Parts: sequence; structure tokens; C-alpha cells
Amino acid sequence: MIWNETKECMSRENRRILQGERLHKIVDYAYHNVPFYRNKLQQMDIKPDDIRSIDDIVKLPFTTKQDIRDNYPFGLMAAPQSEIIRIHASSGTTGNPTIVGYTRKDIGIWSGCMARCLSAYGITRGDIFSVAYGYGLFTGGLGVHYGVEALGASVLPASTGSTEKHIRLLRDLGVTGIACTPSYALHLAETMGKLGITKDDIKLRVGVFGAEPWTENMRKEIEEKLGIKAYNLYGLSEIMGPCVSYECEEQNGSHVNEDHFFPEIISPDTLEPLPYGESGELVFTTLTKEGMPLLRYRTRDLCTLYDEPCSCGRTSVKMGRLLGRSDDMLIIRGINVFPSQVESVILSMPECAPHYLLVVDRENNLDKLTVQVEMRQEFFASGFDTFEPIIRLEKEIAAKLKSVLSISAKVEVKQPGTLARSEGKSKFVIDNRKIQ
Amino acid sequence: MTVNQLSIFIENKSGTLVKVLKTLKDEGIQLIASTIADTAEYGICRIICSSPAKAYEVLKAAGVAVSLCDVFAIELDDEPGRAADAIELFSREGISIAYLYSFLLGGKGVLIFRTDNAEKATKVILDNKLKYFEEKDLSKLA
Repeated sequence: MIWNETKECMSRENRRILQGERLHKIVDYAYHNVPFYRNKLQQMDIKPDDIRSIDDIVKLPFTTKQDIRDNYPFGLMAAPQSEIIRIHASSGTTGNPTIVGYTRKDIGIWSGCMARCLSAYGITRGDIFSVAYGYGLFTGGLGVHYGVEALGASVLPASTGSTEKHIRLLRDLGVTGIACTPSYALHLAETMGKLGITKDDIKLRVGVFGAEPWTENMRKEIEEKLGIKAYNLYGLSEIMGPCVSYECEEQNGSHVNEDHFFPEIISPDTLEPLPYGESGELVFTTLTKEGMPLLRYRTRDLCTLYDEPCSCGRTSVKMGRLLGRSDDMLIIRGINVFPSQVESVILSMPECAPHYLLVVDRENNLDKLTVQVEMRQEFFASGFDTFEPIIRLEKEIAAKLKSVLSISAKVEVKQPGTLARSEGKSKFVIDNRKIQ
Repeated sequence: MTVNQLSIFIENKSGTLVKVLKTLKDEGIQLIASTIADTAEYGICRIICSSPAKAYEVLKAAGVAVSLCDVFAIELDDEPGRAADAIELFSREGISIAYLYSFLLGGKGVLIFRTDNAEKATKVILDNKLKYFEEKDLSKLA
């Protein structure tokens, strides 16, 4: 079913006109309400009235995660605090989290766009839908939750953890839809096996997966093990949260809600826009967001946009699968992790040398992060002859990492001089998962 | 009453222990006793040797995580039950042994150990007139 046929199926020409009008408005709004954008546009000698159509978007400056960080916490908010009704926070590249704020209208648009996604997956008022993304600062849980409510299905706010209890509820309540990370879906299937519950004992029909990259093989495995149709859901908190793009019954590319989030693909090297069909870095402009409008935000996600017509009747541009990142961000258990966050923790520990290695594994379909750190020679030399100080150090680092990353990591202390010294940042990470 | 012991942090991977022992060999330092306590990922190698101060310096210069500390070294007759008798003396005073290892030397048993209360342990050794080693005794032996 198509939730908002007017917007999802409007002609390309009419949509471009609408996008142009909205772009003009949002640039004007940002110019007058966000000093950061006013200064940037003035420096480039651009006035809001220079932006007349969606084609003028290429005149606008880019926004980066660094810009969000530099304006921490509220510098990029366009609406006064009294108009902000929700705040979410996600990982920043260093200590500062990325803060996003939403007005009541933003939450309405978010819920409506999420309802479009759910509707495309075949969810209706007749479904009971379990949201097994983390609820809280992360946009996943509440984002999908509000969409399910807007659609009118019954939402089960399961959140993460307590897998056995969740499975019991899936079975007993006859839950028909679920949203979670793809790796959690496989974990769920595995736990069901251990409990002796088969896919025939549950009524799940539709699975909605996002927040981490997944492959076609994972899709097949999830569909087979849970007896469902598995669909992709894409989003990022800077732009809105889950709802930015969604698959239809074709399961081939994700339709972008481009009347609200205008996508472009650029070359990450030259920053020049690339035509549809070419892969590069995905860039979004929020066309209607009041709380924190972003112009040409560089997502660092690499993918391709396609504009071939879709059999489902929607006319919007589709995003191909994510091909990777143009930065070193890792997604671990659905949470964004930057090596620089780990680095900031290690550098704050006088016991450790400034070298580290992140190892990411997937065991029983759950991601596992191990952080190897190197002790300084002086640390051990000071009257040390038992394991106790090492274990205490590991625990202290693990606690600090947990508070910075929001996920648990196993810490391994290594002897001095053993971790590789490298120039390139990528050498600090070994990702053993096969998810690209 | 105490002797110098080297404590060395080593990872559980091949080659790390050899590096330590070769460094000592190259300096002509002789091992008198050694033991390794290990966990899944790493171990602590404890060594009593002929010239601990020198060993400490050369290992440090080689980049090894090494520390030098004082441990008790008492002499026991080489007969069954002597270690039990000795440790009981400490236990009776509520002193815990953090770690212990033993070896035979010239027909005598030697117990090397660390306690959670060095002051009380010293008193036990003196009160019970236990025979003990000093650092200088060891260099003579090696």
C-alpha cells in the first residue's frame, strides 16, 4: 500500500518544482536563523533569493559532521529551544556527541515519512509491530515507534536486550512485524532455535532492518530462518533518523523520501556532483526541517542513486545498497563508532602508549569489539608484580570506552612495543565481519 | 630476608619469552629460579637471578615491561612437610600469600613468596627463627 500517494507518486517535474520551492524556503530560513549558515553564505556571496530551483542546490556549501561538532551543542539549531520538543544524540567523532533537535512539525514529518516506509513494507493497522531498536538517545527506537503509531498498527516497544522474553512475546501476541538490526534478527533466529521455537510457531511476516550495513546473503538467511520478507530501512539522525529511504515490494533499492530529504551523490575527492547511476558519497539537504536544517550534509555513506521507474508506482529516486564509508566510521551493533573516539580515551590514560588496535568480530551474529592497547613501560616498572593492576587498568579503560561509545568493548592490554605503528588511520582497525 | 625478583609482563605469544631470556643470556646473567603465572592473554614471568639490578637495567633498555621487587626467600630442610609447617606459621597470623614458588638448591629447599603484609611476615620469620636468604647470599650461589 502507498501511504501518501500524492507525494510518493507525484510526477518528477512536479516534485522538482516542489523541491525547488522548499529549498528556497529552507535556505532563507537557515540564513535568517542559523548564524553558521548566514556567515557561510555571505562568504560565498550567496543570497537566499539566488536559490530559485532545485538545480541551484549545487551553489550551496556542504555541511560536515565537523561543522556539527564545532557548533556543539545547539549552534546549528534554527528553532528556539521553546519550539524544540525532542532531542536525540549520536556518536560524534570525538568526545562530543552529535545533538539533533526536532520541533513538533519535525516529529510529525518524521512519523509520516516512517509511516510511508512501513506501508511500503506491507504493514497495516491490522499488524502488531515490535520495535527492537534501542530506545533512548539513538533515533532508531523512537523513530520507528512514532511511525508505527502514525500508521495505526499496534506498537510493541520491545527495545534491545532480553531476547528470550522478546521471543516469548512475539509468539504469544502473534506479532507480525519487527524492526531491528539485521544482525539482531539472526541472533533472534538462533535464540529461537535454542528455545525450540520454530518459524512456524510465530506469525512474523515482515522484518524491517537498518542501522547497519547488510548483504543480500544476510537477507536470504533472515528470510529463510524467520519465514519473513526482509526490507531495508535507511536513515541517519543528522537528517532525521530512520525514514530517509525505504524498500518497496521489489526489494531492489530504497526509495528516498525526497520531498523532505533531497539526495545527491558527489565525488568524495573533488566534491563535484555525480549523475544518477554513478557511485559516490551520499549528500542530503533537509527541505522542511525546522529544528536543525542541514544544507548538503555529507553523510560519508557511499552508494549509488537510480532514477529508473519502479514497478511499485513510486516515482522517487532509489538508493542502492551502501557500498562503504568515505571515512573510518564503523557500525557496531547498530551504533556508530569512530576510531578517534577510542583514541581520545587511550590518550587520556597515562598508563597507555598512544597506540591501539580495534578488532571487530561477529560471533553468533552479534558484533564484538575488542580494543587492544599497549601499556607504557613505566607503568609496569613501578613496583608491579601481580595481574591486579593490569586487570584494574583493563576495567578502567572498558568503563571509559563504554561511556564514550555507548557499547561494551573487551580491552586487552599488550606489552610495550607490540602494536603496529602506522601512519594511515585504517590500519588501526581490523574488521573481520563480512558485511559489505 | 628478602631477595630481588624480576617481574616481567609478557603476552602469550611465541617469541616473547625468548627475547627476555636471550637478553639475560647476552649479559651473562644466570637464572636461579623462574616461574610464569598466566591468564588467557598474558602472563607474568618471575625470575630470581644472579644480578637482578643489572638484569633490570638491560631488560628495561630492551623495552621490556619489567619491575624489580622484594620477595621473601626462606630456606627449608629437604624433607616432606616442611613447606606446610612454614606456611602455617603465616596463616596462623592471618597473613595471605599472594604467590609462592619453590626450588631445591644444594640439598635445601627454598621458598620464594610474597605476602599481603610484609611487616607482619617479617615478624613471623624472626619470631620463628626461620632461615632466610639475603640478596648477597644469592649472588654467591649463582
